[in-house]
Amino acid sequence: MSIAPDRLSPDQDDFYNTLIQAHEGLSEAQSHAMNARLILLMANRIGDLAVLTDLIETARSYADG
Amino acid sequence: MAYDYTPFPYVAPPGLTGTEPRHAVAIVGAGPIGLAMAVDLAQRGIRSVVLDDNNVVSVGSRAICWSKRTLEIFDRLGIGQRMLEKGVTWKVGRQFYGDREVYNFDLLPEDGHKYPAFINLQQYYVEEYLVARAGEFPELIDLRFKNKVVGHQDKGDFVALQIETPDGEYQIEADYLIACDGAGSATRQRMGLEFSGQTFEEQFLIADIEMEQSPFGDEDVPERWFWFDPTFHPGKSALLHMQPDNIYRIDLQLDADADGKAEAAEDKVVPRIKAIVGDKPFKLDWVSVYKFRCIKLDQMVHNRVIFVGDSAHVVSPFGARGGNGGIQDVDNLGWKLAAVLTDNAPASLIRTYHQERSHGAAENIKNSSRSTNFMTPKTPIEALFRAEALTLAQDQPFAQKLLNSGRLSVPCSLEGMDLQTPGTAQVAPGRALIDAPLESETGSSWLLNEVQGQFTLVGFGDVVLPDLPSVRRIGINQRADYPCFTATNGHAIRRYGSGKAYLFRPDGHVCAVFDPPTEQSVLAARARALGAELEENAA
Ligand SMILES: Cc1cc2nc3c(=O)[nH]c(=O)nc-3n(C[C@H](O)[C@H](O)[C@H](O)COP(=O)(O)OP(=O)(O)OC[C@H]3O[C@@H](n4cnc5c(N)ncnc54)[C@H](O)[C@@H]3O)c2cc1C
Repeated sequence: MSIAPDRLSPDQDDFYNTLIQAHEGLSEAQSHAMNARLILLMANRIGDLAVLTDLIETARSYADG
Repeated sequence: MAYDYTPFPYVAPPGLTGTEPRHAVAIVGAGPIGLAMAVDLAQRGIRSVVLDDNNVVSVGSRAICWSKRTLEIFDRLGIGQRMLEKGVTWKVGRQFYGDREVYNFDLLPEDGHKYPAFINLQQYYVEEYLVARAGEFPELIDLRFKNKVVGHQDKGDFVALQIETPDGEYQIEADYLIACDGAGSATRQRMGLEFSGQTFEEQFLIADIEMEQSPFGDEDVPERWFWFDPTFHPGKSALLHMQPDNIYRIDLQLDADADGKAEAAEDKVVPRIKAIVGDKPFKLDWVSVYKFRCIKLDQMVHNRVIFVGDSAHVVSPFGARGGNGGIQDVDNLGWKLAAVLTDNAPASLIRTYHQERSHGAAENIKNSSRSTNFMTPKTPIEALFRAEALTLAQDQPFAQKLLNSGRLSVPCSLEGMDLQTPGTAQVAPGRALIDAPLESETGSSWLLNEVQGQFTLVGFGDVVLPDLPSVRRIGINQRADYPCFTATNGHAIRRYGSGKAYLFRPDGHVCAVFDPPTEQSVLAARARALGAELEENAA
């Protein structure tokens, strides 16, 4: 689990908007599928197992409370 | 043509009528692993008695894919060429999603190797060849069919065994007991050893069919075809492989709660196969329904009892790591046990068999369980990720690589383990040999034929080897008073580098590299590989 420095600003709103818009018109199942594809594509773009493991653990840690 | 299961003869063993002298090695089980073990030991002059409860080779083909490393080991054991000639050589694997091909791979695009990446050959042929090979050592291998081991006791410095035959029970003693009695090992159960790991709920229908025409479309292509979610078997996976004698292997994933017995019935199986091969005529040769497990023993060596092959580790067949892993066990144990029995190494050397091969087994289990998990998603989210990986795989190279229908068995590396002398080289200490073609005035050869079987020091290119009476030496691309070869097409030099010497163990793994070698450094590395520096032996 790690706290990452902010790297999205000042484009954070554009990013968020693009992400939400991309889901427009999709059923919930289609949206989940798109998210899964997105994760796989981002993972390949990052391409570093240590970084990916850290991101996965960080995301998971919020589920574990 | 269906295989002719001729039974091997049973001969009443001498122990029924008198006390047998203590055996050096008793091998329980004459499957591929027990038989290979006996041949390996015999080639080193070690006698063994092999006890099997049955009297025919494996019923049903079971293992069909034999890897390059296994073939190289079988070459040393004397049946590699025979397997290659009879087997179907294949190297292309295709993966389909639905009916559409999403990815294919070519296993060995490189030339200059004696053996291909894989051949397919029914397990019963391998056992038949091994039995014939064992017969070439009548003084050293005492192969006893219909001899069921029903009890054993480790007495500290030997093992007592109780054996049942059609003529009654008898008893023998042996310095070592090698348990090659398979996945259900009675030896293991008798010792109460825990055998735990992952069991997969899904069932698989495995069928061998005999057909004249090819099920691979119009042409007979020796390939491996794997389907995720094919239209002929929706929501499940399927695998098609070619074997010799017009026999084809089909694996079909079934529901976890399918009735295995009903599924194996002909009226159930035939329509499933017709869905794949169409109207081409075929005959069922062997059908079985399996649930797969990925499990291993925590410890493969228990004083005088040593577990080898399926008795020590079981994997799901996707990746062909079961038999192939077991053959590497044999390769690893044979020379060590022989060295101990001939007083050329301390008894503790045998423990490194556990260190090296339980690592191999763990690697095989990791890969086989990952493949099986990928093939059988267990939750909606697993299914979702797999479906999207398959979607992306239609054009994204990285996603094609994610598809896991079996990461095929590759030689296990023993880098960093006790017997290896640390060093850096193109082929690092611990790795298995990489074959290469060689030539000399007396003809052509292969690196594997020159280095396997005994400690061998090889000088590649511009390096002088010291005079060593006890170590075989060869030179490549050099002139010297020991046997020298030319690297055909430069393969050997390209694969190992120039100006270095490599010491190979009898199982063909590199155990040390030198730049340059001295008499002292080579002998020290050889002594280390024979266990001289293991903790309990260090002065
Ligand atoms: C469907 C399927 C497909 C497979 N495909 C592949 C593949 O493609 N490639 C691969 O490498 N592996 C494959 N395997 C795995 C392979 O078949 C096994 O790893 C291999 O058979 C193990 O050999 P073994 O000699 O250790 O055990 P076994 O072959 O099980 O032999 C054990 C022997 O011990 C004997 N025995 C048992 N108990 C006693 C006793 N008490 N006394 C005397 N004798 C006894 C038995 O009769 C038997 O002969 C596959 C397995 C299955 C089931």
